[in-house]
Amino acid sequence: MNRWIFLFLVACFSQTANAVLKIDITEGIEGATPIAIIPFQWNGSSRLKDSDISGIVSSDLARSGKFSPVAEKELLARPQRPEDIHFKTWRVAGVDHLVIGSVQMTANDRFKVEFRLFNVYRGEQVLGYTFNATSATLRTTAHQVSDLIFEKLTGLPGAFNSRIAYVTSSGKPVEYRLQVADTDGYNPQTLLTSKEPVMSPVWSPDGSRLAYVSFESGLSAIFVHDIHTGEREKIASFKGINSAPAWSPDGKTMAMTLSKDGNPDIYIISLQSKSLRRLTKHWAIDTEPAWMPDSKSLIFTSSRSGKPQLYELSLDKSSRPKRLTFEGKYNASASVSADGKVIAFVHGANNSYKIAVLYKDTRVMQVLTDGVLDESPDFSPNGTMILYASQHRGKAVLAAVSTDGRQKQRLALSDGEVREPSWAAKRN
Amino acid sequence: MKIITMKNGIFLLVMALLISGCTPGAKPDSETGTGAEGGESGTGATVGTIGEGGALAGSALEGMTISYEKNAINDPENVLSIKTIYFAFDSSEISEDDVEVIKHHGKYLALNSDATLRLEGHTDERGTREYNIALADRRAQSIKKLLLFQGAGSSQITIISYGEEKPEALGHDEDAWKLNRRAELVYE
Repeated sequence: MNRWIFLFLVACFSQTANAVLKIDITEGIEGATPIAIIPFQWNGSSRLKDSDISGIVSSDLARSGKFSPVAEKELLARPQRPEDIHFKTWRVAGVDHLVIGSVQMTANDRFKVEFRLFNVYRGEQVLGYTFNATSATLRTTAHQVSDLIFEKLTGLPGAFNSRIAYVTSSGKPVEYRLQVADTDGYNPQTLLTSKEPVMSPVWSPDGSRLAYVSFESGLSAIFVHDIHTGEREKIASFKGINSAPAWSPDGKTMAMTLSKDGNPDIYIISLQSKSLRRLTKHWAIDTEPAWMPDSKSLIFTSSRSGKPQLYELSLDKSSRPKRLTFEGKYNASASVSADGKVIAFVHGANNSYKIAVLYKDTRVMQVLTDGVLDESPDFSPNGTMILYASQHRGKAVLAAVSTDGRQKQRLALSDGEVREPSWAAKRN
Repeated sequence: MKIITMKNGIFLLVMALLISGCTPGAKPDSETGTGAEGGESGTGATVGTIGEGGALAGSALEGMTISYEKNAINDPENVLSIKTIYFAFDSSEISEDDVEVIKHHGKYLALNSDATLRLEGHTDERGTREYNIALADRRAQSIKKLLLFQGAGSSQITIISYGEEKPEALGHDEDAWKLNRRAELVYE
């Protein structure tokens, strides 16, 4: 390896080494499908960091809330080849599915990763893949394995091999950082460091760019930041607030909140021509736009009834905004599931703020979390989980809850505060 | 110069009426004439100058001096030394005492046209971050309206909304929250 690249990697690693998000599953595994993931066979020289593919897959599947992997020490056997599997044993133990695999070193820094998924009741293989990897891609390979297994068994796309973005703050005077990491909190990288607030990061639909609000110039501005080239473009820096960016599903336009005309209202900007269209014009606060997946309407927060509530605004403006939430005095910050059927939001009541969901068809609302200051909900790309910001022992942490509310987990930084998560639809 | 201002809220009442869209000619009823105590005004038409040449009584501002000389903003005895305005939860309404304070800042800006003011809006940590950015913007905007009403120039005032991003106090209770729901007037 080129010496300078090596030094650069060392510098990056040491810069972010303290900032890894640690994940704890805090609640609920009942109802999850039991699956046995046998530790993958290792064929090579001394074991490498990140070579524990089966361990990574196991924790991915556990985090989804849909699977309950058998703890490694409770495995009844450790078959390495298909012919070694004694299906009856696993059937009796109530295990539905079984995964075996191997990691083989084929050359210097070249690996072959293989896995097979078996249906224990039918006693047959249902999925099998081989990947080529390097030490740098072993973790993403493991997340790809998780995605394939998840998709095969649930019929839903996996969302493990993707990225999350979030904002951290630490130190005195406070330093704000915009970071991206794998969905399990590994490989954190800092995209922006600033003495002034950084807010509201949100992924482009293709997962290659982030939009966010930065106060680095002393005033607020919305930027679009290419995570690979590091190039940034200032999209909005009008007088007043420039806030709440939301990419349209095709990635060509962005909804945002501006107060340049005297009051916080929602606008749409074309990312190419920069032409601006005003969508709301009301004396109340209108903000936090979120696109419906068909791009025909936006969900937003408005205080037009006196208190913040969610509304739906049709983009052809054929009708007045329709109020969606009626329970409680504070309903804000919508995130819409990829199928458009569920809206996650912040529900405030009795001085506490929790994450809730509203089923759009039935208008049934369900409160999912029990925090006092939960905020910034963001659906996972497959709609099975909601990532959000919470408080734990007086510190700002990230947390996730399954959309049915059964499973919860916490992602905490060892040092400093972390907030405003956004889950990319895919890894790019 | 020591001053008196009115001891009740007549001026504020008129301000509120003006701001809420009543015509300037629409005077409040007969109570208007009793508004000033020792002040030079006493009618609805002149309430805008109550406080000048008098002394504040029965107000939180009692005993503070008023002058609009260039360096008056650095005088801890001057009413202009009050540079933080506090708000109720989810509200951008300004209290009566604070309207009085903001009025003096507006006059100062009007009389010192080279002075520039940065109006920073803040909220407490409750509620969502982006809603709080909008709420803090409205807090700053409502102060700006009062400043303009006193003759300050729009170009003298820059608004920046920080929402809940820059708390003054770090606790998670009302003691901290009440200090964080604020707007700061920063002369540049």
